[in-house]
Amino acid sequence: MFAIYKRELRAYFVTPLGYIFCGMFLLVSGLLFYWTTLAEQSTESLSEYFLYLVMMFAILIPLLTMKLLADDRRIKTEQLLLTAPVSLTGMVMGKYLAALTIYGCTFLVNSFNFVLLYLYGTPNTAAILANILGTFLIGAAFIAVGLFLSSLTQSQLIAAVSSIGVIVAMLLLFFVIEYVPYAWLRSVLQWFSVVDRYLPFMNQSLSIPAVVYYLSLAALFVFLTVRVYDKRRWS
Amino acid sequence: MIEIEHLTKVFGTTKAVDDVTFRVEEGEIMGFLGPNGAGKSTTMNILTGYLSATSGTCRVNGVDILENPLEAKRNIGFLPELPPLYMEMTVKEYLDFIYDLKGCTFPKTQHIKEICDVVKLGDVYNRLIGNLSKGYKQRVGIAQALVGNPRVLIFDEPTVGLDPKQIIDIRNLIRMLGREHTIILSTHILPEVQAVCDRIVVINKGKLVANEKTEDLVTAVDGSRKMIAKIVGPEEEVVKALGAVAGIRSVSVLGKRDTDSISYLVESEDRVDARKPLFYTLASKGWPLVGLEGMELSLEDIFIRLVSDQKKNARNRKGGEN
Repeated sequence: MFAIYKRELRAYFVTPLGYIFCGMFLLVSGLLFYWTTLAEQSTESLSEYFLYLVMMFAILIPLLTMKLLADDRRIKTEQLLLTAPVSLTGMVMGKYLAALTIYGCTFLVNSFNFVLLYLYGTPNTAAILANILGTFLIGAAFIAVGLFLSSLTQSQLIAAVSSIGVIVAMLLLFFVIEYVPYAWLRSVLQWFSVVDRYLPFMNQSLSIPAVVYYLSLAALFVFLTVRVYDKRRWS
Repeated sequence: MIEIEHLTKVFGTTKAVDDVTFRVEEGEIMGFLGPNGAGKSTTMNILTGYLSATSGTCRVNGVDILENPLEAKRNIGFLPELPPLYMEMTVKEYLDFIYDLKGCTFPKTQHIKEICDVVKLGDVYNRLIGNLSKGYKQRVGIAQALVGNPRVLIFDEPTVGLDPKQIIDIRNLIRMLGREHTIILSTHILPEVQAVCDRIVVINKGKLVANEKTEDLVTAVDGSRKMIAKIVGPEEEVVKALGAVAGIRSVSVLGKRDTDSISYLVESEDRVDARKPLFYTLASKGWPLVGLEGMELSLEDIFIRLVSDQKKNARNRKGGEN
């Protein structure tokens, strides 16, 4: 598993993909941060920054995940990985953790933005930390979604487009819910909605159910990815 | 060493592999022969754990690939039809990765250096795989299979698309590896198995057609020999004279291919070397023999024979039941 993790991590930086992801992430996040806080001269709307960032994940995360499994399938290196003495879970986890590491590191660099706030005022540290945790976990869940979709095709393009589609749908659920006429359906959808789960974080509090939900979402899609490989072997 | 029993693989409605059973003993080089689409690759993919069989078992070194895949895979080095290479890595980085992937424990630099010496990769050690020629890529693929010193090596059409010199190099390499490994080599080129393998397993349309020692199979199928003789002399008389020679089954005229000689297709009786009587007959008549070549038995010939034998047997069996 570690070998696959290491190779995947390296592959991000010998191809332009890793740089593009980091660059775009920091650029977009920087601009959002500027508009929501520095330009406003206040930290009131900091939660909005995080919400916008989560929206941007729809484009950013597929960049990171589209290649993970689709490309191995296309160039047949998949055969190498699946005939090596490594378990399916090990292989999938190696890939997932590599993407998660790049994402995590970029996120860490990005957090430098908040240091600036302390230079000009006294922001609510707890609120910032809660938001960072929540946003990070949503990204981690989306990476698992992207990983899963990447395992279904051998075209990076299809993997990317379908990931964008699914992630956008998951985000839009938040806006669609209010138009649903049935109360019971609304509450069901709310339960599943990634953004609805995020609202407590915006109100500066840590929501344990949300943390558990995001982690489960990530675990579920990693598990489904393993199942895709298992199933393909038998069909 | 390798035991395959009643292996069947069904894709949708087609049976890619149909009840195939064979064994490969320790230290043997087995040629796995069949036309394209016969089920060779599928069998190998099952044996290496890439696919799962619909029914039947595969054991490598006594370990079932389904029950204990990690243990079984440790004993196998696999070169798939397309070498599984990462183009953006150098040979060194790639082999280091394979070493880690297989979780090897012996000294890394030494082990990889030994492999590079064996497959002659020293010159390109630090070059990007994407920039290598096809022959070198194939060698990197073989090197990859050798990492971890597995006891069983499985090569899926290792010489396809190489130039004649590279083909000879790879064959020599495989023969050399055969001294210390058990090897399964799939191919659809007959001379290749004749040159390299101890035993041949032939499959066609997913079914096992033959499983014999190389010489046995070739002589069994090649019972009657065909050769082309170029003779200077009057056509009709030559045919008549040769037809009368003991050991020659038939003579037919192929036509005039040179300025003065005429080519004949001479077929001898089963297991008879008719070359000497042919020569003496011609010499006594004063007709110069200017050329004589044996016709290589092609895979198609073997196939037509084996498959038609199979049909005959099946008919006989049916007849017996009735």
